[in-house]
Parts: sequence; structure tokens; C-alpha cells
Amino acid sequence: MDLKELYQEIILDHGKNPRNLRKTENFNKDAKGHNPLCGDNVHIYLKLNENKKVEDISFEGHGCAISMASASIMTDLVKGKEEAEVKEIVNDFLDMIKEKEELQNKILNEDEKTKLMCLSGVKQYPMRVKCATLSWHTLTSAIDDFQKIVNTES
Amino acid sequence: MDIDSIKKEFPIFDNKVQNNDLVYLDSANSSQKPRVVIDRIYDFYSKEFSNVGRSVHYLAVAATNLYENTRTSVQRYINAKDKNEIVFTKGATEAINLVANTFGQKYLEEGDEVLLTELEHHSNYVPWHFLRNSKKIKIEFAEINEAGEITIEAIKNKITNKTKIISVTHLSNVTGAILPIKEIVELAHSKNIPVLVDGCQGAPHLKLDMQELDCDFYAISGHKMYGPTGIGVLYAKKKWLDDLPPYQGGGGMINEVKKTGISYGELPNKYEAGTMATAQVIAFNESIKFMEKVGIENIEKHEKELLDYGLDILGKNNSIKIVGNPKNKGGVISFTIEGVHPHDIATILDEDGVAIRAGHHCCQILHEKLKLPATARASFGIYNTKDDIDQLSQSIENCKKIFNI
Ligand SMILES: Cc1ncc(COP(=O)(O)O)c(C=O)c1O
Repeated sequence: MDLKELYQEIILDHGKNPRNLRKTENFNKDAKGHNPLCGDNVHIYLKLNENKKVEDISFEGHGCAISMASASIMTDLVKGKEEAEVKEIVNDFLDMIKEKEELQNKILNEDEKTKLMCLSGVKQYPMRVKCATLSWHTLTSAIDDFQKIVNTES
Repeated sequence: MDIDSIKKEFPIFDNKVQNNDLVYLDSANSSQKPRVVIDRIYDFYSKEFSNVGRSVHYLAVAATNLYENTRTSVQRYINAKDKNEIVFTKGATEAINLVANTFGQKYLEEGDEVLLTELEHHSNYVPWHFLRNSKKIKIEFAEINEAGEITIEAIKNKITNKTKIISVTHLSNVTGAILPIKEIVELAHSKNIPVLVDGCQGAPHLKLDMQELDCDFYAISGHKMYGPTGIGVLYAKKKWLDDLPPYQGGGGMINEVKKTGISYGELPNKYEAGTMATAQVIAFNESIKFMEKVGIENIEKHEKELLDYGLDILGKNNSIKIVGNPKNKGGVISFTIEGVHPHDIATILDEDGVAIRAGHHCCQILHEKLKLPATARASFGIYNTKDDIDQLSQSIENCKKIFNI
């Protein structure tokens, strides 16, 4: 295992200064996520325009560097994407964190993929995978309008 | 006291953990096991196994005697008046559920109050919460002071003429505060209120004397006392065990079973329904003998030294905030580092073989009060040394380096 791979500069940067850590005005979708083991909380706000494009996305919450960085990078990357594309990115990311070596989607460019792959270090830390995936599951829940709070333990 | 030779009795330290010597600072969660305990489980299963209390054959009688020997050892260890005041459970959690359930059934009614504290572990809150739903009781929480301790005044403030039972921890698994149990019991008894003590963190670290403490119930987890998992103890005054209804129904706890009715067995069988954790109970005897051999006074002294050393070293570090500052404190140091989340601390420390716990430690009420989503916690056992604390401190420096603090 290698801590340097887990705590890369970019993760520390996003962890310390998360992008989009605020509440979108006039959001039309939102969802909450909770990791009861850590006490991490995230609330995602999404504003889709009439073409189902993400006009704005933001989040509130608190958690470890990994969960904050993950939410920060995620919100950065899905902004401007269409709903279907967002779903594809989310599923691709979750597959990558679970088992796949690489990201497969054709939506993100190479730079964006490299940024996202910075989170792949958590694969070596099974207890921390949930920190990285909480905001992603919560985003899915927001898009699908699930009324249930995402809970990493159920 | 020769800690190095005591440490050698714990096989876990013989092996590297991810290429590091293990620095185990998570004993408040669960302690490691000495070889005698591990061997006892192996020996019992390989040479002596039989179910207890059921059959007349040789092995069954021998196993029953071994099982009962542990009861006698526990009685001796906590100085209970009567052997039958010792009930085996699967842990402190089950011990508390047993009391909440049976006492609740018999004595609690709508509007009655149960008094807890803000320091309680979920194990000493959720079982009472069940009664909030089923019996419409109220739950009150005695409040901590600035130091993270519960004073006798804090208890006094919350007692009303509706208070039917007080249930408090002996030693906080977060702030380390040791509660003034004797005074709480005296105060409560002067108002005819029984007291349950969650002794999970008390029993492994403090000298216990049930007759002197005079509490009505005392809950213990074996796995925090260098014993196996799956075993705990409920100490209860005999008058309560005679008086309260049985908890679980099944084999072993009955006297006579007819189609028209059932009578229940004598103590201690009344509360031990079904096949118990036999091997664990028998091996738990070795934990108690181990603790007696080391001597609880020596354990207290050693852990106090570690605590003072740890508080001194970590206290000097400006980036560290220690949670709570109780005058009377056990071997637990919870802390935060400005700018590093406790989970990141735990992961980074783990890389050096330093095992701590991060999170809310099953005390969400307390963390909410402290306005902290999570804390990191180092807790001590008999096998810890000052070197462990030095390593902790060094790994914390590494943590700060990674996070540029
Ligand atoms: C204060 C306290 N109470 C109760 C418990 C629950 O003990 P167990 O899970 O062994 O039943 C613990 C253990 O974490 C504890 O520290």
C-alpha cells in the first residue's frame, strides 16, 4: 500500500478547498447521503435545465479528505453534462472503484479522466472505498429522485 | 512490572502487521488475547468439549464444572456476594438489554423517566429507547461539563419523582471520564432508584467491588478484558434476579414445562436460556486469572503512567486538541487534529502499524454535544508501552506532513 497514492496532491487540494461546496439556488433535484460508520454527511443539489443538462451542481456536508475531494471532483466533472451522460460517468466511476482498471466512458476527456483516476488509490483501502463513493451514490439518488437517504450501510 | 514479558504472552505481537510491529491502541474497542485464553479455547474443543448442564456423561459433567468455575471466578473478581448474581450474556450489550427489557416490563409505565448521561455508548441508550416506543417512557440525559465529565450535581439536576432507574457508564470510552459511581448510587438509593452501571470500560481497567459500589446492576464485556468475544456478564443483586421476569425463553431456563403452563428455573439458569457460549465462558476464566496474576492495581498504575505520558506528549503538540479533560480519567485519549479528518488520521497511522479508532465510537449524542462529527481515539491496555506512544506521536507528525500542517 502506498499513502502517496491515496493522498495525492490533487486529493489534498480538493479535500482542503472543495469546489462547489455551497447550495445551488433554484435547484430542482437534491439528495442526502450518510455514512453512519464515519459520520460523514453529504447533501447534493442539482439544477437541470429544460434540456436535462446540468446547469449547476453543488454540495454541502462534511467528511474526510477522500470524501470531500471525491464530491468536489465529481461536481466539477459533471457540470455541463447531460443527465444520461452523468449517469454513465457515475456508473463508470463506481465500476472502476469496485473492480475495473480503467475508466471506459467516452464522455470525459483524458485530462478529466486522469483527475478522476486520482481517486483510484482508495481501492487498496477497502474501509475507505465508501468515503469515495458516498457522493456518487447520492448523485444517482438525486437524479432518480429517490426520496430515501443514501446510507452506506444498507 | 515487566511489561515486555507480559506483552510476550500476547501472540498477536509476534507477527508483523503489514510489515510493521503492531502498535495496538484500540483496547477500548476490544483488547488482544493472551496465549492462555486462546489455548484454553483450543484445548476445550479438542479435549473436553461437551454441552453443559444437560447430560450425565463424564464430559458433560466436567464441562458444567468448568463453566461454573468461571462464574465463581467472576464473583471473586468483582466481589459479588453470591455466585448466582453472575449471569452470562453475549456481551455488555445483551446485559443492558436484559435489564432494560425485564425491568421495563415490570416497572416502567407511561411518563416514567430513565436517567442516562450524555456520555453513554449506544448500547446504553438504544435498549431504553425501545421502551420509549413501547411504554411511552421518557429518557433524560445528565449533561457533561466543560471537562467532559459527569458530576454528581449533573445527576442530581435530572432526578425527578418520575425517575425509575439510572443507567450510567463507569468510564467514558471517549473522554475517559470516570464517573463517581458510589456517590451516584448513594444518591439514587436515598430516593429508592436502582442504578445500572455500564462497566464495559470499568471492568478491564479499574478495581471492582460490587458490595462496596452497591450498584444494582453492572454490565461487563469479556472481550475488553483480554477474554474471548461472545461473552459478557450481567452482575445483578440477587433480589433483582429473583424479582424480575425471565428475559429469553428456551431450554435450560425452565423448571417444569406442561401444556398448560411453565415454571422457571432457579438462578442463575433463569437468565441463561439455550446453549450458551460455553467455550468462551470457560476461556474467560483464564482472562480473569490473567488479570489477577498481573494485579488490577498494577494495571491501573501502568495505564495511568501511559495516560500521563500520552497527555504530556500529545498535549505539547499545538495541532492536537484533546477531547475532554476529566480529573479522574482512564486510559483513553480522544483527539482531533486541525485540518485532518479523524479517518484520514487513522488511515495514515495504520500505515505505520499504529491501530487507533476514528469515528463517533458509538457515542453520537456526545459527539453532537461536542459539535464534532468524529474524533480519533488512542486507548491503552496492559501490553502498551511508552514506545507505543512515541510511535503514535511520530505517526501524527507524518500525518501533519502529508497534510502540510
Ligand atoms: C462504554 C461501552 N458500553 C458498551 C459497549 C458495548 O459492548 P459490547 O459490544 O461488547 O456488548 C462498549 C463497547 O464498545 C462500550 O465501550
